[in-house]
Amino acid sequence: MKIGVFICHCGSNIAATVDVKKVAEAAGRMSDVAYSVDAMYTCSEPGQQAIEAAIKEHGLNGVVVASCSPRMHEPTFRRTVERAGLNRYMFEMANIREHVSWIGRDKELNTVKATDLVRMAVEKLRLNRVLIPKKIPATRKVLVVGGGVAGIQAALDCAEAGLDVALVEREPSIGGKMSKLDKTFPTVDCSSCILGPRMVDVAQHERIELFAYSEVDSVSGYVGNFEVTIRKKAAYVDWDKCTGCGACTEKCPSKKSFDRFNEGMGATTAINIPFPQAIPKKAAITAGECRQLQGKKCGVCAKFCPTGAINYEQQDEFITLKVGAIVAATGYDLMDWKVYGEYGAGRYPDVITSLQYERMLSASGPYGGHIKRPSNGEEPKNIVFIQCVGSRDVSVGRPYCSGFCCMYTAKQAIMTRDHIPDSKSYVFYMDIRSPGKGYDEFTRRAQEEYGAQYVRGRVSQIYPKGDKLIVRGADTLLGAQVEVEADLVVLAVGAGAAHEAPQLAEKLRISYDSYGFFMEGHPKLKPVETNTAGVFLAGSCQGLKDIPSSVSQGSAAAAKVLGLLSRDMLESDPQTALVEIKRCIGCGKCINVCPFGAIREADIRGQAKAEVLEAVCQGCGLCNATCPQGAIQLSHATDNQILAEVEALLCQA
Amino acid sequence: MSDGTYAYYPGCSSAGTSKEYDLSTRALCAALGLTLRDVPDWNCCGSSPAHTVDHTLSAALAARNLAQAESLGLDNFITPCPSCLKNVHNAIEHMREGAFKDKVDKLTLRPLTREHSAKSVLQVILEDVRPEGIAARTRKPLSNLRLVPYYGCLMTRPGRSMRFDDEENPTSLDVLLEAAGAVVPHFPFKLECCGGAFGIPRGDVVARLGGRVLSLAKSLGADAVVVACPLCQMNLDARQGQINSASGLNINMPVLYYTQLLGLALGLDESKLGLKQLVVDPSNVLRKAARPAVKEAAA
Repeated sequence: MKIGVFICHCGSNIAATVDVKKVAEAAGRMSDVAYSVDAMYTCSEPGQQAIEAAIKEHGLNGVVVASCSPRMHEPTFRRTVERAGLNRYMFEMANIREHVSWIGRDKELNTVKATDLVRMAVEKLRLNRVLIPKKIPATRKVLVVGGGVAGIQAALDCAEAGLDVALVEREPSIGGKMSKLDKTFPTVDCSSCILGPRMVDVAQHERIELFAYSEVDSVSGYVGNFEVTIRKKAAYVDWDKCTGCGACTEKCPSKKSFDRFNEGMGATTAINIPFPQAIPKKAAITAGECRQLQGKKCGVCAKFCPTGAINYEQQDEFITLKVGAIVAATGYDLMDWKVYGEYGAGRYPDVITSLQYERMLSASGPYGGHIKRPSNGEEPKNIVFIQCVGSRDVSVGRPYCSGFCCMYTAKQAIMTRDHIPDSKSYVFYMDIRSPGKGYDEFTRRAQEEYGAQYVRGRVSQIYPKGDKLIVRGADTLLGAQVEVEADLVVLAVGAGAAHEAPQLAEKLRISYDSYGFFMEGHPKLKPVETNTAGVFLAGSCQGLKDIPSSVSQGSAAAAKVLGLLSRDMLESDPQTALVEIKRCIGCGKCINVCPFGAIREADIRGQAKAEVLEAVCQGCGLCNATCPQGAIQLSHATDNQILAEVEALLCQA
Repeated sequence: MSDGTYAYYPGCSSAGTSKEYDLSTRALCAALGLTLRDVPDWNCCGSSPAHTVDHTLSAALAARNLAQAESLGLDNFITPCPSCLKNVHNAIEHMREGAFKDKVDKLTLRPLTREHSAKSVLQVILEDVRPEGIAARTRKPLSNLRLVPYYGCLMTRPGRSMRFDDEENPTSLDVLLEAAGAVVPHFPFKLECCGGAFGIPRGDVVARLGGRVLSLAKSLGADAVVVACPLCQMNLDARQGQINSASGLNINMPVLYYTQLLGLALGLDESKLGLKQLVVDPSNVLRKAARPAVKEAAA
């Protein structure tokens, strides 16, 4: 074998603390190394061309590059060697930047370690085999999970480009949080007027199949060939028959159900259509609130339904789909602010959340668009907004900024003055964070044109005095305590990942952070990809975002899906498990440990043997470590290759 | 964990300004079957002013008291005073760190040999006797009394070291007083600052803060404010005249220890509860408490 070794300076990133020339010299003396050299930037165009030239000039049939993490540039160099006619798996990378130069200061020791890592790569490469990826067909259909504005955008963009789309939404209507908003910043345009048409587009698009009131039950398969089971929750209404006329909701005698869409402001009926612009506009029964379903005598809705759509016997339905790609767009939920005892922990009816205030402001909301005190229905004059309730607060385990509260609070202060001209708004804030286009100007307008009084400081306590609420806090600019007698207090409650986001992540086999936000492939360069091929992210499920950013990500995720599925055939990764039939005793241990269901029992000449489904195998190596016979090997990371690396490290020449 | 015997640390207030707290605590505990064994030859708890100048010193003062409790064979230290308790908690917590414990041991020359627990008398009554225990032993229900519980700043805070009740909305006094039959409205100022240690250097601060607490209690129609901290009691009771004149108020609000009121409910002899030591005359409260319950009279 003739191996070429290329040691990268990475500018001064590596060369400053590793003697790269010495490493290259040492590499030149290693077994099978025919050529070795150091280079300033191996990944640059001249750097890659030098590798290609060396392969041709010296007849190399294997290449080692010692530079950065393979997560960074392994794909780059694999393409380089491929251009020069080598198989892409005849390439190894030694990480002498993250694992050496960035973490050690002693140049001499660093040089020794870098040389060791290069020797390991060379020894492994000597045992590398040519691997050929298989071509697999891809299903030209995408699953979008979450029907908020990000999911809607992703679904519409994919459908417009000719892909079939399945859109799954856990609530009875799509629209997400945006559909609950009255107005949007910084233009103060009506939220449902701009979102409504998009929702209708979803309903009418021939390529989009909408699964409302449904959840992803399970996901199997792999990029291009996912198999997804969707659980359509029982609405106790046959949606094929339901026309959304609303007769049932008028007659339902159970009128005190918790109103989810209206954030519990006011009550709704056990059978209801969440809001007038709902898509689909279908009725659903909340089982826990329904008299009939609780075993009492009722059946009123069934009696009044003109189409006979009510079905108390309805069960959850499971539907299986094949899709080629998945976009997760599950959005966010507000944190439970009742951990704040100092704000009353829910004891005071006139302390509400910002989302509840949106429903109050909305003309189609439970208050008909009038601002009233929930306690007595009177019009409030002094309204206090408290920012960062559950954001940037380590004491409740939420150190991050929710990102959009400064802006919607400014909007709500403006709307308040519009609704009640003689009202006075106070905003307690920590810092005003408004870096978007036209955003800072907007917060200034709230203060300068709409007279909102911004007080920089935290609120320490809210307590009732008569029928008022006293809000006590600090004004850190004045260095004084302040007290405001408020009629209504609106809390800008911090947001977190959607409930059950981690459970979905487990199903999709994508990672999530300690707050439940899904992890992107790279924080800068792969913002909508995940580390699981074929699964993409859009909107607040990846990290909190306002509407413009969510929409941008919806489109970005759609572009990634379209790019992926623009090819008819996808390449499968050949780094999979391989069974040596002669050694396999058919014990089945590998079948039990495989998390992907990629191994099955096969009958080979009357004997039970393990068989790997190459297209499903993800190459994790669990079977390899479990097999008592050493009969399963992982291509490109065989036991012998790993032992060769260990030997290279421990038994230096 | 205990057989009802506790290492009892009265603290300096109990020997002076809050004798009635100590008296009534002992009487109540005896009636509840809790045996208190005084920590022998106890010293300052270290909470003030030692902890403001030297943490090792304040921990060493607390550690010596724990060592004294150990000499009784007890490791379940209890005290009526939240300020003492806070310092003992701090000392126990910091001494888990070996280097700090070594420094403390060098000062006390009496290394502690075991892990100690520290609780307030209030916590012991709540957890070991429980509200049901109080209700069962109540002979003279406090049904005619409207009482506002005032916890002060230290009883539950800082939460991570006190580890007792809700940090922002404690209810331990509420439930015990309710168990004794009293009417207990929600008191929004239950955790307000009473002015605390500013009593000497900044009387004006105490007058303002204390005035706020007392005014709200009055507006809620309270017959008395109920406390569990000697410093709160002194600031609200002994300084009530000063508060009135400085803030232009006219408040006449008895400020009693919860131990005195629970003692009354259990039918203990008034002379054992130190009621005469209070500055604002509680006789109105006592008269109301003695009257038969309104509901029973109506029936």
